[in-house]
Amino acid sequence: MPLVRHRTASRLAAGLALSPALLVLVVVYLGCTAWTVWISLTSSRMLPNSTFVGLRQYASLMGNERWQVSVANLAVFGSLFLIASLALGFLLAVAIDQRVRAENTLRSIFLYPYSMSFIVTGLVWQWLLNPSFGIEKMVRDLGFPSFHFDWIVRQDMVIYTLVFAAVWHAAGLVMAIMLAGLRGIDEDIWKAARIDGLPPWRVYLSIVIPMLGASFATAAVLLATSVVRLYDLSVAMTNGGPGVASEVPAKFVMDHLFERGNLGLATAAATSMLITVAAVVAPWLVWQNRRARRAQV
Amino acid sequence: MGKLCDVSIRGVEISFGAVRVLEKLDLDVAQSEFIVLLGPSGCGKSTLLNAVAGLIDVQAGQIWIGGKNVTWEEPKDRGIAMVFQSYALYPRMTVRGNMSFGLKVAGMPKPEIERRVNAAAATLQITELLDRRPAELSGGQRQRVAIGRALVRDAGVYLFDEPLSNLDAQLRAELRVEIKRLHQRLAATMIYVTHDQIEALTLADRIAVMKDRVIQQLGTPNEVYRRPANRFVASFVGSPAMNFLPGAFAVKEGAPCFLTEGIAIPLSGYAFEAPPQDGAPVELGIRPEHVEAGGEVPAKIEMVEPMGSDQLAWLRVGGHPLSMRLPAEACTVAGEAMQLRLPADKLNLFDAATGRRL
Ligand SMILES: Nc1ncnc2c1ncn2[C@@H]1O[C@H](COP(=O)(O)OP(=O)(O)OP(=O)(O)O)[C@@H](O)[C@H]1O
Ligand SMILES: [Mg+2]
Repeated sequence: MPLVRHRTASRLAAGLALSPALLVLVVVYLGCTAWTVWISLTSSRMLPNSTFVGLRQYASLMGNERWQVSVANLAVFGSLFLIASLALGFLLAVAIDQRVRAENTLRSIFLYPYSMSFIVTGLVWQWLLNPSFGIEKMVRDLGFPSFHFDWIVRQDMVIYTLVFAAVWHAAGLVMAIMLAGLRGIDEDIWKAARIDGLPPWRVYLSIVIPMLGASFATAAVLLATSVVRLYDLSVAMTNGGPGVASEVPAKFVMDHLFERGNLGLATAAATSMLITVAAVVAPWLVWQNRRARRAQV
Repeated sequence: MGKLCDVSIRGVEISFGAVRVLEKLDLDVAQSEFIVLLGPSGCGKSTLLNAVAGLIDVQAGQIWIGGKNVTWEEPKDRGIAMVFQSYALYPRMTVRGNMSFGLKVAGMPKPEIERRVNAAAATLQITELLDRRPAELSGGQRQRVAIGRALVRDAGVYLFDEPLSNLDAQLRAELRVEIKRLHQRLAATMIYVTHDQIEALTLADRIAVMKDRVIQQLGTPNEVYRRPANRFVASFVGSPAMNFLPGAFAVKEGAPCFLTEGIAIPLSGYAFEAPPQDGAPVELGIRPEHVEAGGEVPAKIEMVEPMGSDQLAWLRVGGHPLSMRLPAEACTVAGEAMQLRLPADKLNLFDAATGRRL
């Protein structure tokens, strides 16, 4: 059976070609993950050691006020950011799809930010929101001396300024994904809906949004990864402040790894994040897999 | 049952940017008439249908439906229903949802919606599909659902834009019969776009053959087939296609005839619309099934195509190719010579320059 042999050979060749990448994946990712988990179970401070202390690092993590604030911030930021980005991105895409006149302006206000790093976005918004020379000062100079917009320096409001900046950063990406989805919808469906007498908002709500399920899922996954990794924006905009009011988990990990020299606590925090993400992603992967298999049948 | 409506298209003009698609087009469709717009791709059939539906605006002219000027009415207020080539079903709704959604949004009471959906589903034999999604249906079933969505609107005028073009030949024949039956049952006015001449000939009360921004001929299938108004209509309608022989018109000993490469074909008995001058260049058209054996025109058989119920023989007359339909049992051998008769009452004569029927 030369054909079978040929196929085995080519599969072997493909395997060989991929093996360096596989090696890197196993050693670097899995190795580092395993090492992180292990360190989180030791009493390591500045340098790694191997004194096993069980879950003590986790206990002190849960009791750590800064960690609690970080997790709460992530929950608030994550949900607001996801909802606002998806909604704003979708509305922008609809506006462009309906050929509003300001198409180019919209594009540059929202699509270009995505090509900048979160650091630049953070600095721009830090400047804009700074009460002494940003939006507040501008409006006051325009003749409204009692205007107040100082959220960035208020402990109870600062997390929302992060949401603002991040939504501005990400809405363009969502818009691009949604626009591709909208443009893929058959013209005839719109015609049929017009003959049925459906107002456009009703078509979007009842027909188009259900059709864009895949686009929404793609955008949501991309946004969710940037929520978990959220670090640079917090550093650039507020550096976690005022106080610890805008701290986030990834920043907690980085600070304890490099500045505070507390390897045990940092790795415990990292492992907690990993477990949380895995608990969310694993069922989703299983579901996707099953759906893909069902689609093949 | 919807009200009976006639449709009147009066001097409609439509352009996309600088491209003129329809030019001063007039078309009157009587109550309960089945009219087919037939023409090659890109001739503006869909554009005209969309204009009747109100999906695109006209630059000039008026559209009347049921004695009312609807030129500036919204599609939903025109008393029309439409079926699209791509089905255009709402993918995330069930069949029932697809058929009922428009009525629901319009605020129709639930029992009435239910009654209409069930009646339409029974007519189209899709009752057992009502709870499925479009993705779970075959092409033929999807198009039935799309027709069902049009039926529940209980409109006076039904518009079809190539509804069968995405289906295979067998399904197409099946649904074609079904649409014809539907027309007889509803007695509604129907405007049906296609580029398939078989559909046009079988379905239509009248056919409007379109090309180059205008209607080339408007007539019953019989008229369009037997007395095409110009060379384009003659070549577009009919399969296998009509034969054309270039030559000249002549009058010999008082009798009109057609001359090509030394062969004279008598034309006495031909019903002239506009007799040409002696010696005028003309084109002679004849359908393959009208060519008869046993006459005075010499020909040579070049090739034979068996077509099941009959066969198509390719001949050469003078220097020109000519096809002829023969019964399946006739024995024909390539290379053989034979004599043909081209009966004058079955011929078509066209002006060589303008293509107009003579
Ligand atoms: N939205 C549009 N913008 C610009 N040109 C258009 C538009 N729609 C149609 N046209 C042009 O108008 C002409 C007629 O188009 P139409 O769709 O009516 O053709 P058709 O007869 O339905 O062809 P087909 O059999 O391929 O569906 C074509 O030349 C097409 O290129
Ligand atoms: Mg068309």
